[in-house]
Amino acid sequence: MQRNSIAFWSGAAIFLIAMLLMTQFVTNEYPFFAGYVILQFVVLSVAWTILGGYAGYVNFGTNAFFGVGVYSAVLLIQAFQAPLVVQILVAAAVGGLLGLGIGLLTLRMRGIFFSIATIAVAIIIETAITNWRFVGGAAGIQLQRPPVMQPFDSYVKMLFFVQAFMVVLAVAITRFIQNSRIGRGLQALRDDELAAECMGVPTLRLKLLACVISGALISAGGAPAAMYVQFANPDSAFNLNISVSVLAMSLIGGTAHWIGPVIGAILLGGTQQFLAVTISSEINVLVLGIMLVLFVVAAPKGIIGLVERIRRAGEKA
Amino acid sequence: MTTSGTPEGPLLRIDAMTKTFGGFVALDSVNVEIRKGERFGLIGPNGSGKTTLVNCISGALRPNKGAVVFAGEDITQVPPNQRSHRGIARSFQIPRPFRSMTVLENLMVALDFAAHRHLLETASHRRDAAMSILTRIGLASRAGMATTALTQVELRKMELARAMATGPKLLISDEAMAGLSTSEVDEVLDLLISLGGEDIAIIMIEHIMQAVMRFSERVMCLDAGKIIAIGAPAEVMSDPRVQEAYLGT
Repeated sequence: MQRNSIAFWSGAAIFLIAMLLMTQFVTNEYPFFAGYVILQFVVLSVAWTILGGYAGYVNFGTNAFFGVGVYSAVLLIQAFQAPLVVQILVAAAVGGLLGLGIGLLTLRMRGIFFSIATIAVAIIIETAITNWRFVGGAAGIQLQRPPVMQPFDSYVKMLFFVQAFMVVLAVAITRFIQNSRIGRGLQALRDDELAAECMGVPTLRLKLLACVISGALISAGGAPAAMYVQFANPDSAFNLNISVSVLAMSLIGGTAHWIGPVIGAILLGGTQQFLAVTISSEINVLVLGIMLVLFVVAAPKGIIGLVERIRRAGEKA
Repeated sequence: MTTSGTPEGPLLRIDAMTKTFGGFVALDSVNVEIRKGERFGLIGPNGSGKTTLVNCISGALRPNKGAVVFAGEDITQVPPNQRSHRGIARSFQIPRPFRSMTVLENLMVALDFAAHRHLLETASHRRDAAMSILTRIGLASRAGMATTALTQVELRKMELARAMATGPKLLISDEAMAGLSTSEVDEVLDLLISLGGEDIAIIMIEHIMQAVMRFSERVMCLDAGKIIAIGAPAEVMSDPRVQEAYLGT
């Protein structure tokens, strides 16, 4: 194993141990309640970056994948009282299949056309769920949490740790893609699809792969949300704010490296949680919008681009 | 020459190829064969179908009628990336570098996905291979530079280097000398001649006649999607129809 990998996996292990210890020794539930949302956005943003960042296909349908994750869980709970792990795994599979389907239908479109198509898909799925009585229809559905598992003393703490585990999983997969030839191929097709294809890069296959992995991870990240709020309705599960937040977090963090969306999600997710408590949750979207505009104008490559620029300027001086 | 697939057969055969864009006929039933290792010049006035022909050979466009046969196999329906794996490489009329990458990384894309990848198992082998191609092309000192910092002639050379990195049997150079100074034209021309050889056939599209004359073993002239002359360079140039197409009447 390379030194880089050793550092990465040690970091991941320390992170998980720290999160586990936190669930054991912190009694106040609020940090977990807020932290869960931040971790969830880390998963979503990192997953989004595979397609939106590396491949340059801006997916506006994050809410479609998220909602599909939530409703996969709802369906499994309603039908079989399935445990959380099964909910997440099935959600990932359904999200991956959805990614494949969307990919086959829309990846031949470029730029804004692809983005619009993904919004359309989200609306179609939301409409279908709204009219499906078994999972609650438009009114939504109330969910009962099963008893919490050892060693956790509350369900929210358990979900917090599960989401922390998914952060590690999502980052590890994304990091693998970035460092493999898949990452180089995606970067090449983002720069110039025809040139990439003529250099032997199987562009359609790579885009589908990115779409499937990204979709599976987003749906997996969304699945525990059903149990987190103990309620699901189409309006919140397919809320366009999810797409906008994830897009903003990834772009503000920077999409050239997996650390970008992690930083962006922690920064923006943290700010949102802070604002929700101190001012109001309504102001979140406003702050998000303003920050996105500021970054697009002042630092189009996000925080990691900004750091890189400062570092280079420092070297020259 | 009818038995394709045997070593004596042509490397590339274009069979009655027709390509239309709406009502406009860009290629009209074009037939041509290119031998292994041949240096082939392709000329014709603007809009005569040269780049369309290249796009049909490399797979960027599918012809409406006719077939592309490469090394004895019909590849008319094969996507561009697999044509690259089979040995067809090209440069673009307007350079299309991967802009977010360095020169070396541009070549690494080709090497990472090349058909001969198994010969270059580790990343450092591939890096060495990329560097040796850059050295041969004369861009070794630019390896770590962003493609946006290259001059026009360097960009053209980078495109040729990247095409070479795919390990081609057929290299198509689409106006690699357009917009270059006389000395730069000579430089790129020498390079192209040195790249060709027993294993690599080269199709060179060019408007600069001295370059075409010096380079080509055979020249083909297209006009309005039809072949109006094909043969030895001097013959084609002295053909009255070629002169008419170029100079007008």
